Amino acid sequence: MSITVNGHEQRHDVEPRTLLVQFLRESCDLTGTKVGCDTSSCGACTVLVDGESVKACTMLAAQADGSGVTTIEGLATNGELHAVQRAFTEHHGLQCGYCTAGMVLAAVSFLDENPNPTEAEVRLGLEGNLCRCTGYHNIVQAVLAAAGSK
Amino acid sequence: MSLLPLMKLRLATPSVLVDVGRVSDLAYVNDAGDHIAIGALTRHRELETSDLLARECGVLQAVAAEVGDNQVRHRGTIGGSTAHGDPASDLPAVLLALDATCVVRGPSGERMIPAAEFFLGFLETALAPDELLVEIRVPKPGATGYSYQKFNRRAQDWAIVGALAVRNGTTRVALVNMGSRPIRASGVEEALASGSSAAEAAERAAEGTEAPSDLNATPAYREHLARVLVRRALEAAGA
Repeated sequence: MSITVNGHEQRHDVEPRTLLVQFLRESCDLTGTKVGCDTSSCGACTVLVDGESVKACTMLAAQADGSGVTTIEGLATNGELHAVQRAFTEHHGLQCGYCTAGMVLAAVSFLDENPNPTEAEVRLGLEGNLCRCTGYHNIVQAVLAAAGSK
Repeated sequence: MSLLPLMKLRLATPSVLVDVGRVSDLAYVNDAGDHIAIGALTRHRELETSDLLARECGVLQAVAAEVGDNQVRHRGTIGGSTAHGDPASDLPAVLLALDATCVVRGPSGERMIPAAEFFLGFLETALAPDELLVEIRVPKPGATGYSYQKFNRRAQDWAIVGALAVRNGTTRVALVNMGSRPIRASGVEEALASGSSAAEAAERAAEGTEAPSDLNATPAYREHLARVLVRRALEAAGA
């Protein structure tokens, strides 16, 4: 299997049954991507495949063979946080942090498709990501701030 | 998008799995004159953003935007959703209400299956084991009015009950998750055709249904939802 993860080629022999999230965490040692529900509901495992958000627990690694994948580890450039990461920090868009990597990647993909969203659109755009701590308020504020900072 | 969860739940245990996701020839939305031809591997996101559908078949676009969440819509396809045969899926309701045709291909050639004959039961369709759903054909012109009312507890969830009303000369009504397969609310359609008001017709929404029982709802509650959602859909569609 050869997948370009965060700009680097990752070539590993894996079982056909390997999920993309297992490939990232176990073969590539990139444990920033979390497994939450493992049933495509919670969005904690969200990564970008060729720029679009997907749930990495519901995609086989084989399906991403030859693709480009971005995980939370690959968002910052030269030590500079991505605008969405920075906004989550500034607006305290997290408590325990377990959903955060997925939230951030989902937000990056969403803002790519909808650069100037309303608050309602942000809430709908993040419907695939569950947070059990925050009640979403600061997460939504962070995404709106990130949209405004571009 | 639904097969892997099914495999994790051991509801599907295929010995061989072939990923058709890279057959890019099957991803398209084309104007074919008297109908819109949609390749089976067209993703929900492509339906949502298709200019052609915006002009010719807004109802399909609107319902595609209700499927799952962004992540699901980036990967899931109309053909996958249709062939999966889940009575809680959104898109089959559109295919039923619009009298769409499923084009399937196998070793013995191609055949056309009307949407009304495609869905046989829970996760069961008219597709033979050696056949592939390749295209969905939606007749033109599109609807003059439509509304999809999806009721669920969390935004991204499957519909507990869904009701779609489409106006196009006559009014068609399709129900989601009110039986082992997606169905038309024929009692409602008959009532409308014979002059009943939307509110009167909606009272017949649960006729002939076999609503499932699960942790979200009893059959009686689903029947109540069907009547309420059909009324709302009819009123919003201008029926």
